[in-house]
Amino acid sequence: MTATEFALRTDGVGKRYRKGWALRDCTLDLPAGGVIALVGPNGAGKTTLLRLVVGLLAPSAGSVEVLGHDVTAGTPHTLSRVGFLAQEHPLYKRFTVAEMLRFGRACNLRFDQGLAERRLATLGIPLDRRAGTLSGGQQAQVALALALAKRPDLLVLDEPVASLDPLARHEFLQVLMGAVAEGGVTVLFSSHVVHELERVCDHLVVLDHGRVTLTGDIDTLLAEHRLLVGPRTATDLDRAGAVVQAVHSDRHTTLLVRDGAIPTAPGWQARPVALEELVLAYLRRPSASGVAAWRG
Amino acid sequence: MFVFRLDTHSGVPPYLQLVQQVRQAVLLGFLQPGDRLPLIREVVEDLAINPNTVAKAYRQMEQENLVTGRPGQGTFVDEQQSPALSASTYTSLGRGLAVWLRRAYAAGLDEQAVAALFASVHQQTRKEDVA
Repeated sequence: MTATEFALRTDGVGKRYRKGWALRDCTLDLPAGGVIALVGPNGAGKTTLLRLVVGLLAPSAGSVEVLGHDVTAGTPHTLSRVGFLAQEHPLYKRFTVAEMLRFGRACNLRFDQGLAERRLATLGIPLDRRAGTLSGGQQAQVALALALAKRPDLLVLDEPVASLDPLARHEFLQVLMGAVAEGGVTVLFSSHVVHELERVCDHLVVLDHGRVTLTGDIDTLLAEHRLLVGPRTATDLDRAGAVVQAVHSDRHTTLLVRDGAIPTAPGWQARPVALEELVLAYLRRPSASGVAAWRG
Repeated sequence: MFVFRLDTHSGVPPYLQLVQQVRQAVLLGFLQPGDRLPLIREVVEDLAINPNTVAKAYRQMEQENLVTGRPGQGTFVDEQQSPALSASTYTSLGRGLAVWLRRAYAAGLDEQAVAALFASVHQQTRKEDVA
């Protein structure tokens, strides 16, 4: 495969802090042109992975390749094609919006100020206001407009909507998805909110305790998994494929299986699994791979 | 203009939901041959949905000959698209179902029990047809 098919490839990437490994054996091939969600609980290593991708951290092991180039080398050319929006959408609070734009233009090789101004005008955000006096949703929009003005090929966002109210969240995602619709940008964002991921993402990476536990195209993952509900049983589940999660009540057994056939025994029903259920099942799974929490 | 909805709790992939909504609207006559579907961009900005999802739905509808894409103009409900069921078949099946539903409610089933029974029998029937 050629490099341009992948926006991001990592090979055995790990990051070790003094307390231990925040990320281990992380191998990913993420396609270009998609919207990729990085999901996991707090402390799973999401921010560490994103910081490795944008070159703010150097890996302790393995390699990170962004847009076909090794970022460990940290070339300005590659980094100029990557946009990064950190958690809480940091802006210089005492700068006006216009000053933030000038700052963006001065600090980037590529910067489409007209594009940013048009976006902000559409949203009704005045250029002469100080960033610190804008609402949380507007600050997020200014930060997003700055990141998009760079016309990045890869846009990395760390928990972009976590701090926003539902309306601001919807408006933020409208702008972000609109940018994807214009073409040319791959979006990688982290979230601990699983709800509503399905509508914005086509690719998923689940991170838990510093390890990748599930990754793939979302439609494929949903097609591969199903929920089987039947009479309580603890045995004879072999034909059900790989059991991700088994929940037993007094009379019922609910199984989340991957690549399984529907049991032929009477009383069994299969139904599709929702993305949220799927992610939660993988997060609830006991760490079978023998992973220790790095926070200890 | 046709307006899409999205149910994030149904377990049905979003692209399939879009396809099903158009299929259903054509079946029920809410969409007629020649009607234009919204542009991908419009659906994206309306629903805050991934454009690849909308594109995938539109591709699938084209493959099913449900719609035709005309470059530079948009996507239109196919002129050849005649409802899969004739109006009379549709009405008579609907009547049969209404009779059955009344019997079910009279027997004491509630809405959820009806849905559960339908799902179970539907699945059983499909399984038998495959076998």
